[in-house]
Amino acid sequence: MSKTDSRFSGGRFGRRAFFNWIWTVLGLAALAELGWLGISFLASRRDRNRPGHTESVIKAGEVSAFAPGTVTAVPQGRFYLARLPDGGFLALSRTCTHLGCSVPWDEEKGAFVCPCHGSSFSLTGEVVTGPAPRPLDTYPVRIENGMVKVDCAKARRRDRYLAEQAARI
Amino acid sequence: MKASRQSITDLILHLHPRTVPYSTIRFRLSWGLGGMAVTLTGLLFLTGALLLLVYRPTLGEAYGSVRALGRDIPLGYWVRNIHHASANLLAVVTALHLLRTALTGAFGSGRRLNWIIGLCLLVLVLTANFTGYLLPWDQLAYWAVTVSMAALGYIPLCGEWLRGVLQGGTEIGQATLSNFYVLHVAVIPGSLLVLLMWHFWLVRKAGGLVSAPEGKVPLRRISVVPNLIVREAAVGLSLVAFVLFLAMFWNAPLLEQANPGMSPNPTKAPWYFQGLQELLLHLHPVFAAFVWPLLGGVALLLLPFVPNSALPGGVWFGSDSGRRLAAWAAAVGALLAVAAVLADDALRQPGVGMAADAMLARGVVPTVAVFLLAGAGYWLLVEAANRTRAEAVMAVLVAGFAILVVLTLVGVFFRGAEMRLVWPWLATGGSL
Repeated sequence: MSKTDSRFSGGRFGRRAFFNWIWTVLGLAALAELGWLGISFLASRRDRNRPGHTESVIKAGEVSAFAPGTVTAVPQGRFYLARLPDGGFLALSRTCTHLGCSVPWDEEKGAFVCPCHGSSFSLTGEVVTGPAPRPLDTYPVRIENGMVKVDCAKARRRDRYLAEQAARI
Repeated sequence: MKASRQSITDLILHLHPRTVPYSTIRFRLSWGLGGMAVTLTGLLFLTGALLLLVYRPTLGEAYGSVRALGRDIPLGYWVRNIHHASANLLAVVTALHLLRTALTGAFGSGRRLNWIIGLCLLVLVLTANFTGYLLPWDQLAYWAVTVSMAALGYIPLCGEWLRGVLQGGTEIGQATLSNFYVLHVAVIPGSLLVLLMWHFWLVRKAGGLVSAPEGKVPLRRISVVPNLIVREAAVGLSLVAFVLFLAMFWNAPLLEQANPGMSPNPTKAPWYFQGLQELLLHLHPVFAAFVWPLLGGVALLLLPFVPNSALPGGVWFGSDSGRRLAAWAAAVGALLAVAAVLADDALRQPGVGMAADAMLARGVVPTVAVFLLAGAGYWLLVEAANRTRAEAVMAVLVAGFAILVVLTLVGVFFRGAEMRLVWPWLATGGSL
């Protein structure tokens, strides 16, 4: 093939070489277009089912319903409402910060223990044992007229527990 | 009649050489692993086509349609079991085939491209297995996919983007199921077929399997039809019989329907990823899910391009002393892995959380340690024990494989609730 090429090409950059170059460029362009098509097709679905269209503020209950030092699961908001010993409220995401498993509250141990890779978190969501890299995410809590309301639109990341993260009466 | 028979022979010879060296049809050279992989792939295509007739890829119907297999369709669950058994055996056979290729020196010149295609096929087999894992939409499937998608998010720079694309949204849902379904029934089988044909053709181009040089005597060659074909048929048919039999007793698991609110305890990866899962317990996720698999993959890819890295062809371990070296390397690798798991488990007590310098302590330090160990082992073998480079490379490879096997066994048999180390007879919950 290469022999034929050089015989008919008539020089270093002849007709055949030119057309071969054109085909290569066109082929690569077609490949790039198809790749772009596929990726934009898939990427259009990335932002779907982001919460926000629906009512994202959830009423967890009356302040008096939560004793200090307890954790209550709020399934419709996918979070735990933790009442700290000092009376503050924290809404903790139930998703483990390591690899996304759902973390149950273990009453006996007084900790959240992840069933997937064994991370555990304290009442305030701080990491007690690894391998989780950061504390449980939180949702903003507001207290209005004795009612605890949690905004589940977007979980907030944090590096450690600070007293001002908890909502107080 | 004669013409049609001739045509079948010709067709076979398009995928085989006309003759092969006599020494290469010995079963204990290749253990028929490549042929087994092809047979299992065939079974997977057949049973997969049947399952496609019943399975419905929607959140509402997926779980019910898999359940219906056992209830409404005669032998339906048997078909699913054959698919499941073949898929799991294929993962084992492919890994052993890779090891066989390396240990009989079959990645040298003339076979480099085929080594790379083989690695791509291994990746395809594992992704096929894993994408199939999600389809029943039970608890096993849902949480394995949750964990793997989260692991994907740890890839630097493009991780979150990749996760969003593959997941088809911010949460695992219908788009995720559709993506995995299309990958499992179209993209992966299609790519697999193309690469398989290329794989066979390159073996044919290389003149059949790798064979030992026989001094000055010219290689004794025998014709493929019928000598090799009969042997291939014997291995293939025995394997089919074995899988059909196995599928009568080994039920493919189906837990309760997926429940995004509750992870089962323990939640384990499919067994072929439990080596990685074990790494996730000990290393920072960026290293367990990205850096180490990447380094391992790159090392395997580059292996054939290192000069003199292939053993003399056609002899297991290169020689008898090579065989003893491999046994030692496997033992050392296995012991190191057990020691590392036990030592780190003792360290991982309450109060010793992941510190802010986790990237360093549980990422950079172990990685450097592994590099130093592998380098020191290699140096000792080449400089102090006068081994050839190929033998030293083989020893490192065998040790690495032994480590992976030990980590997988620990993950499968010795991890109980909350991933604590337990004895196998006390562990609950599995993934097979």
